Amino acid sequence: MKITLKIWRQEHRGERGEMVEYVLDDVSEAMSFLDMLDMLNRDLIRRGERVVAFDHDCREGICGQCSLHINGRAHGPRALTTACQLHMREFQDGDTVFIEPWRARAFPVLSDLVVDRSALDRIVEAGGFVSINAGTAPEANAIPIGKAAASHAFDAATCIGCGACVAACQNGSAMLFTAAKVSHLSMLPQGRVEAPERAARMVAQMDAEGFGSCSNIGACEAVCPKGISTQHIGRLNWEHLRGDLAGGA
Amino acid sequence: MLDPKIPEGPLNEKWSLHKSRIRLINPANKRGLKVLVIGSGLSGGAAAASLAEAGYQVECFCFQDSPRRAHSIAAQGGINAAKNYQNDGDNIQRLFMDTLRGGDFRSREANVYRLAELSTNVIDQAVAQGVPFAREYGGLLANRSFGGVQVQRTFYARGQTGQQLLLGCYGSLSRQIQAGKVRMHTRTEMLDVVVADGRACGVITRDLVTGEIQRHNAHAVVLATGGYGKIYYLSTLAMGCNASAVWRAHKRGAYFANPSFGQIHPTCIPVMDEHQGKLTLMSESLRNDGRIWVPIGAGDKRPAADIPEAERDYYLERKYPAYGNLTPRDIASRAAKEVCDEGRGVGPTGRAVNLDFRDAIERLGRPTIEERYGNLFQMYETITGLNPYVQPMLIYPASHFSMGGLWVDYNLMTTVKGLFALGECNFADHGANRLGANSLLQACVDGYFIAPYTVTDYLAEYVKAEPIPVEHPAFERAESSVREAITDLMSRRGTRTVDEFHKELGTTLWDSCGITRSAKGLGEGIERIRELRERFRVDLQLTGSADRMNPELEKAGRVADYLELGELMCRDALRREESCGAHFRSEFQRDGEALRNDEAFMHVSAWEHGGAGQLPTHHEESLTFESVEPGVRNYR
Ligand SMILES: Cc1cc2nc3c(=O)[nH]c(=O)nc-3n(C[C@H](O)[C@H](O)[C@H](O)COP(=O)(O)OP(=O)(O)OC[C@H]3O[C@@H](n4cnc5c(N)ncnc54)[C@H](O)[C@@H]3O)c2cc1C
Ligand code: FES
Repeated sequence: MKITLKIWRQEHRGERGEMVEYVLDDVSEAMSFLDMLDMLNRDLIRRGERVVAFDHDCREGICGQCSLHINGRAHGPRALTTACQLHMREFQDGDTVFIEPWRARAFPVLSDLVVDRSALDRIVEAGGFVSINAGTAPEANAIPIGKAAASHAFDAATCIGCGACVAACQNGSAMLFTAAKVSHLSMLPQGRVEAPERAARMVAQMDAEGFGSCSNIGACEAVCPKGISTQHIGRLNWEHLRGDLAGGA
Repeated sequence: MLDPKIPEGPLNEKWSLHKSRIRLINPANKRGLKVLVIGSGLSGGAAAASLAEAGYQVECFCFQDSPRRAHSIAAQGGINAAKNYQNDGDNIQRLFMDTLRGGDFRSREANVYRLAELSTNVIDQAVAQGVPFAREYGGLLANRSFGGVQVQRTFYARGQTGQQLLLGCYGSLSRQIQAGKVRMHTRTEMLDVVVADGRACGVITRDLVTGEIQRHNAHAVVLATGGYGKIYYLSTLAMGCNASAVWRAHKRGAYFANPSFGQIHPTCIPVMDEHQGKLTLMSESLRNDGRIWVPIGAGDKRPAADIPEAERDYYLERKYPAYGNLTPRDIASRAAKEVCDEGRGVGPTGRAVNLDFRDAIERLGRPTIEERYGNLFQMYETITGLNPYVQPMLIYPASHFSMGGLWVDYNLMTTVKGLFALGECNFADHGANRLGANSLLQACVDGYFIAPYTVTDYLAEYVKAEPIPVEHPAFERAESSVREAITDLMSRRGTRTVDEFHKELGTTLWDSCGITRSAKGLGEGIERIRELRERFRVDLQLTGSADRMNPELEKAGRVADYLELGELMCRDALRREESCGAHFRSEFQRDGEALRNDEAFMHVSAWEHGGAGQLPTHHEESLTFESVEPGVRNYR
């Protein structure tokens, strides 16, 4: 297949960037999207040019490192699929494909398609954990947890932290990301104890990082490669409110 | 002869006796001691968090943009622990024996025992962190059996066990970052270990965004940098997995143990396109219901459905009637390679075998199969575009795990004082073959429960001592050698890309030091790798610059190290004139089965780096087994 690529090129943070066009003549359908970018980079090296920087690692849809805005959609056209799991059979001969980095105020571009998502780490640092030291845990089966509760907690816990939800949101909000962690932990007895305070601290950090607020549009859920539901946002709001009512932080 | 420093006492009391003798440090003094942890996977993340909880100043490093993305995240199947929740007769002794046998008696007995002993603590720890393991309707934890053992001891979280364990660990790490006790350096690659006055005192790193080279000093350095299976280019590992941290430590004096012991996983999605950069693992659980076969005749290109029953060879069931499709990983991988070598492979490249669910669907109905494997079938379809409900899955073996790694003693300290190695980057617990669901366990045990004690014991010598300053000549030397290596790479103006060299190295190693090895093949492998290394020196082409983000430069540094490690792997495999576990030498077999030679090779091979242009020196740690007479594996 012949594919025309229009890719955001920007060598370094704060420098000017622009869309640059490249043409690949022999893309095969069996190729993954990132294999295709590897092929482009091989051509660029042969021409003595700087390669296109993009984030990736596991290429199995689980590490959350890949982060491409493809044809105006975070992770591209296929639902429930990270960019690294996307294959070229989703495209057609002669297609033009636009590739841009995640765009959000809290995610400055570092180079080409690579952005700085460390703000997400700082939200977790603010409280996205259970306060337990190694070696002090009680016997694991001491607290039974209903299969359904465990399963719901799991649905929230599958978040891979890629940031697609932020990139898809017109406000650049990290609400779905934050809610998934709050929800995962508050549904388990281990995490219940700290739930209201956790919600308050994580939301405060989210605001401090410059993420926008949530206006319930749901674009985040639509692009989430793990299908995390916006219902968790409701739970986050509830925990947050409970904390306020109790006079918490 | 190397001294593993195994403590005195009966096997089941060694660790507790050892712990009770370990020196303690008071909290005020701990605050003055600094530890660098390289790696934020399960072993590194756990060690960094636990050492910080204990009161030390910790700095942690990873090359990804967040500690949560370490490759532990990709583990699917599960984690073993001898909880005996299923009341099926499991206990520490059984997990210990299964691990020892699985490793074909090439691991250190005392370490393996400790691994089994501490396994139960890991589950407690993870559950307390909020890891959502699978549960029964009554609310208690569920288990499944894994990798051909007779008890159900594997804890799992859907097909995302590694992810959930790592996120629990990342939570603990984040808490310490917030508390100001861990300083996290993401997008930072360690490029050298600094050794002064005979001990590790720091590292040199490169900031992957700005290219800045930095010095970091400390009282101790912990490496937790994962496995090097990516050396074969195509593997189930993440793209960034590398041997650079351990290899550079090796060059600074840390011995490398059993480098040629690597696990090839039998059920991976085969190469579908020549440009493919990695292979995806399909869970081993598929072998519970899928039947593996190839056509009886070579070169048979008919679609699977057109091949009548009588013309199919269910070769595992035929050769190993007792275990059938569930034979251990190494045996299943070898058998797949053999039938493909005979020209009976299937799929677009002829390097694949069928994993067929037709009979299972007939027997159990499609809904049951969907329930058991639905997500795996979907993943397969996403990647290949093929529907495994109507045609057999194509599978082929791929490099998956490295049992070899830095040699460590019982305290997980390398031969360089003050330099520790945890998780997949050390060699200690898996012998010549790793049992499924045991490496998440090892990473957690090393990080949460061993390093905090043994690192403390080491640091007790340095209470109130200042760390060696970064102005010390040893830092100066290490930094300039890092800078020279980068300048050298950047100055190469050849014609071939890093990936092309990596691919060629991978093919060479796969052929010579892969599933089957021979003296002749290994000898040729060494020659070809040396020649490739020379070509890499003159014919590599890099673009971009060293003081900006430059993914090609990162890869080039890693491949340069792989080109050296690859040769050592071949030398190690050549020297070991026996077959054991995953190491299969075609000269040493009886009726197609591995022939171990306990008289001559009941030892760990630990290699000392020889310096530029010099051959490495071989050292031995002899292995003794007090709990059991080493038996022969038999899966027929
Ligand atoms: C696809 C797959 C499935 C698996 N499934 C299972 C399973 O079901 N059960 C099981 O028990 N095991 C499984 N394993 C094996 C297991 O996941 C690993 O052995 C284990 O997670 C390794 O953990 P680690 O902490 O040693 O290393 P990793 O998790 O690989 O972490 C390495 C860390 O080191 C850092 N690092 C590396 N090099 C450098 C450097 N030069 N500078 C700075 N930082 C560096 C990385 O950034 C990373 O943070 C699987 C492995 C794979 C590949
Ligand atoms: S590269 Fe890991 S999720 Fe895409």
